[in-house]
Amino acid sequence: MTGLARVEDAALLTGQGRFLDDLDPLPGTLVAAVVRSPHAHARIRSVDLDRARSHPGVAAVIGPDEVLATLKPFPLSVKAATPYYPTATDKTRFVGEPVAVVVASDRYVAEDAAELVDVDYEPLPAVVRTDRALQDDAPLLHDQAESNVATDRTFTFGAVDEAFASAAHVVSRSYSFPRYSSTPMECYAVVAEWRDGVDGPEVTAHANFHGPFSMAPVVAGALGLPTSSLRLIVPADIGGSFGIKSAVYPYIALMALASKHAGRPVRWTEDRLEHLVASSSGSDRLMTFEAAVDDDGVVSALRVDLVDNVGAYLRPPEPSTLYRCFGNITGAYRIDAVAIRARAVVTNKSPTGLNRGFGGQQLYFGLERLMDDIATSRGIDPADVRRRNMVTSDAFPYATPSGGIYDSGDYHRALELALDNAGYEQLRKEQRISRDNGEWMGIGLATIVDPSATNIGYVGLATPVQDRTARRGKSGSTEHVRVSVDPQGIVSVLLGSVPQGQGHATVARDVVARHLGLPVEQVRPRVEMDTATTPWTISSGSYSSRFAPLLTSALLEACDRLADTIKVAASVLLQVEPAALELADGMVRVSDDHERAVAFRHAAGLVHWDPGSLPDGCSARLYEEAAFSPPQSKAASLTDQINSSLCYGFVADVVVVRIDKQTLQVRIESVSSVHDAGTILNETLLEGQVHGAMVQALGGAMFEEMSYSDSGQPTAGTFMDYLCPTAAEACFPLTSAHQETPSPLTRLGAKGCGEGSSMSLPVAIANAVADALAPEGVQITSLPLHGNVLHQLLNATNGD
Amino acid sequence: MKAAPFAYVRPGTVQDVVAELARDGAKVLAGGQSLVPVLAMRLGRPSTLVDINAVPELDRLSRDNGSIRVGATVRQRRLQRDDLSASVPLLRLALPWIGHREIRSRGTVCGSIAHADPAAELPAVASCLDATMLLTSTRGQRQIAAAEFFTGALTTVIEPDELLTEVLFPVAGPGEGFGFGEFARRHGDFALAGAAVRVRTTGDALQARVTCFGISDQPVTADVTAQLRAALAEVGPSPTGSQLRRGLAERADEVAADVVDTSGDGHASTAYRRRLVAGLLAREVSRAYLTSTSASEVSAS
Repeated sequence: MTGLARVEDAALLTGQGRFLDDLDPLPGTLVAAVVRSPHAHARIRSVDLDRARSHPGVAAVIGPDEVLATLKPFPLSVKAATPYYPTATDKTRFVGEPVAVVVASDRYVAEDAAELVDVDYEPLPAVVRTDRALQDDAPLLHDQAESNVATDRTFTFGAVDEAFASAAHVVSRSYSFPRYSSTPMECYAVVAEWRDGVDGPEVTAHANFHGPFSMAPVVAGALGLPTSSLRLIVPADIGGSFGIKSAVYPYIALMALASKHAGRPVRWTEDRLEHLVASSSGSDRLMTFEAAVDDDGVVSALRVDLVDNVGAYLRPPEPSTLYRCFGNITGAYRIDAVAIRARAVVTNKSPTGLNRGFGGQQLYFGLERLMDDIATSRGIDPADVRRRNMVTSDAFPYATPSGGIYDSGDYHRALELALDNAGYEQLRKEQRISRDNGEWMGIGLATIVDPSATNIGYVGLATPVQDRTARRGKSGSTEHVRVSVDPQGIVSVLLGSVPQGQGHATVARDVVARHLGLPVEQVRPRVEMDTATTPWTISSGSYSSRFAPLLTSALLEACDRLADTIKVAASVLLQVEPAALELADGMVRVSDDHERAVAFRHAAGLVHWDPGSLPDGCSARLYEEAAFSPPQSKAASLTDQINSSLCYGFVADVVVVRIDKQTLQVRIESVSSVHDAGTILNETLLEGQVHGAMVQALGGAMFEEMSYSDSGQPTAGTFMDYLCPTAAEACFPLTSAHQETPSPLTRLGAKGCGEGSSMSLPVAIANAVADALAPEGVQITSLPLHGNVLHQLLNATNGD
Repeated sequence: MKAAPFAYVRPGTVQDVVAELARDGAKVLAGGQSLVPVLAMRLGRPSTLVDINAVPELDRLSRDNGSIRVGATVRQRRLQRDDLSASVPLLRLALPWIGHREIRSRGTVCGSIAHADPAAELPAVASCLDATMLLTSTRGQRQIAAAEFFTGALTTVIEPDELLTEVLFPVAGPGEGFGFGEFARRHGDFALAGAAVRVRTTGDALQARVTCFGISDQPVTADVTAQLRAALAEVGPSPTGSQLRRGLAERADEVAADVVDTSGDGHASTAYRRRLVAGLLAREVSRAYLTSTSASEVSAS
């Protein structure tokens, strides 16, 4: 464990960052502006590009005809009649959907000409709400589809009906989770070039895209190219993403096409207005949770009905929001039977996608609200209901009914620590006094399993078993690295992990230095993703908290092999067996005689300068690639079970709120949080992830909402209405503590830690508000929670 | 998010500014805190931007004849930090609520008043104090009282060829107390509801006036003398703040029901805004009354 300072910061803090807008990778690049639909739902009668094309300074203008002439629809994750192109073709299906692209000498000219693109729209009735989309008579988004339900699957694991039939009590509640995003400081950026090469077209694209690189073959598929004809290059610095930038990829295809028509490379930089209405967001969800419960509040079975609103298209990797948490759908609880219905509907809202926590905040909002509703209905303290249901520490590895295998944990100890740090017993006493004084004070808990290192095999679950092609399964959570040593013994670590600010370089340097017994200064991380040269595969990328568990494991594999070569070289210099040597303090030394040693750099020098002195059969190779490939990440089984992540951490949050009786403002009095992310690699960075996840959760719980009018117009299209919490809102007292139960499945015992509280804190806040307002008879079933919402809830209750 | 083409001029005198404004489609650029985003979003397309920041006489901040005179390019933050504003206590209370420090460092006092956002602080202060607006054009000068100045959301009596050259805020007299408060979902946002209050107590004479903002298409000023007098009759002549607030609570509800006439939005319904205004009124009228009585004691001694 270390608190090593970030190597990334000096450059970032002195304006030396190299974001795509700072770079000019392809000389002669022109600039694009995107013409977007003002209608939520409209048939395109005609598109006239002539006036725009004749505007001075314009190089090319493309619209639906050009898109249809060259591109194929993006391959989808499931078979659904919802073809998806980077622009509208027949109809526009959300406000902000691209319709045309203008390429010009600069962005001002491009925007001037964009106003000259003439689109004749025939407005159609829009469908916005999820419940409306489910109705038979709702306007149909995709003419070829039978309904707006793009995917509908049911699963049953264990004796669900029997458990409900014999249950003493059944607790059933419906909840809805809102749509919100993560608004990174840097928006999307793409520089793309189309060239006709010897073997057909070749596309080079620079983009602040961070994976999953399963989207590379998706883009290549739309371009009609083999994946290797699409060269993706990601700048070393990305100004945040939190998942949202995974949806840059449609623009890579679109700008490649624009470049084909312009005959020059094309740059497109998304502005904030475009980002807020048309980039991506987490999906909103309607859900019903039903539990079979005994007198003590112990849950024996669950029924879960989830309906995600994925917006206008089932844009890959959707409908994965439904499946990312499939293996941990029973959360932290020992529940042996679960029935699941998983649906996604298309509506006239912008398409959804990855957003820190991906599926977790939606799932746990239902599950953890339900646990509180069970506690209330049984008259049990919410902490007790969790104590009685949580998986016990002797049960690991714990197999969930839906296929998850929880690798390690001690949930009870972590919960007790969170409660102790919060002063839970004392808080309950204070609450009784506050209630006697007529004050609204509430305490909210959430205890969640934090999945990391996604097994992308869960994508397969959206397709029924009989429709899955035999021997074409999907699985995997592998991560790749290359490590090399130069003639001076400097170790270079090539990181294709495409960080967006997380500090991967800092941790990689530390891990490699420790493993090779070198001072950190002797290790130089280089962040570089170029699909033509960096080792990568489908599952590569920065998402689902993969770095700590997977990439560091790959690093150790590569370092082990490098160390073997270094030891052979040192054995030549020291005249001992390589097996007798160890690496420490920048030296290679005899394990039981530390005086007999040579410098690491001299051993490395020998390999470079004097490979002739190496023993026969020893390759003079000081670069190693490794692909950590955990065998636990298998494809979905024929019974539809999946171990949807490699590692499963744990978070316990305890939130205290007070609500002002005049303004109804919710004030967070304190948060106590305990994370178990396995072995901690860097305390400072872990704590940073905890804080960041909490602020994002705070946004979703109390401030941010990507809201739409009934006609499908976004009503939070600028930062005037889409309210991200600022430092002033985020400064609540926090006691953050950590517990370490190492994962047996990763080399360092580390699990992911980038998302935890973004999944748990929204519902913990909701539980606290529900607790505060319990005396008023108010039910909390959705987010966000702020004065206006509480005013309505309280008035509705009073009006009864 | 790039502005449509426009011409840009930067005159050095008021005479030249108003000459430019006499042309069609010209628009004043002062601090740019509202105008520049409007340009970037192409919600406004002036043919010419008349940048007034190079006119020395517009940058004057002075006091004469019982008023603080604030020139057209005087920044909000400068006024907040200048000793002169101490003589207009309501300004001192209100200025910190405007946006964030960075915004106040660029945004101008006159610009905010000319822009007339219904949720902005300075139009409410101007209304509550009945400030005077000085308008200049090639046709001459005219003075408009705040009561006649604001005509609706983002609209005032300023003609396209006129420049708001100065705003005159009356300095506080003896026996005057002030209150100012607002509520927003986040620190620094435009208020969902706000209230500026002036109470004058001289001997037995009592006058209380409140200007609410964020609740209609323009600041709404109401005389609440009767309500304050009734509350005082109920709680006694020397109440504590919380006693007076309680005495005002029900009456504040009635005033709020009168003044709030905006249709709600996603951040606050009409009913919720009434609730917020009522709370602010009770609190700030109480605060203003208590400072007015202590102010008159001080001035009496």
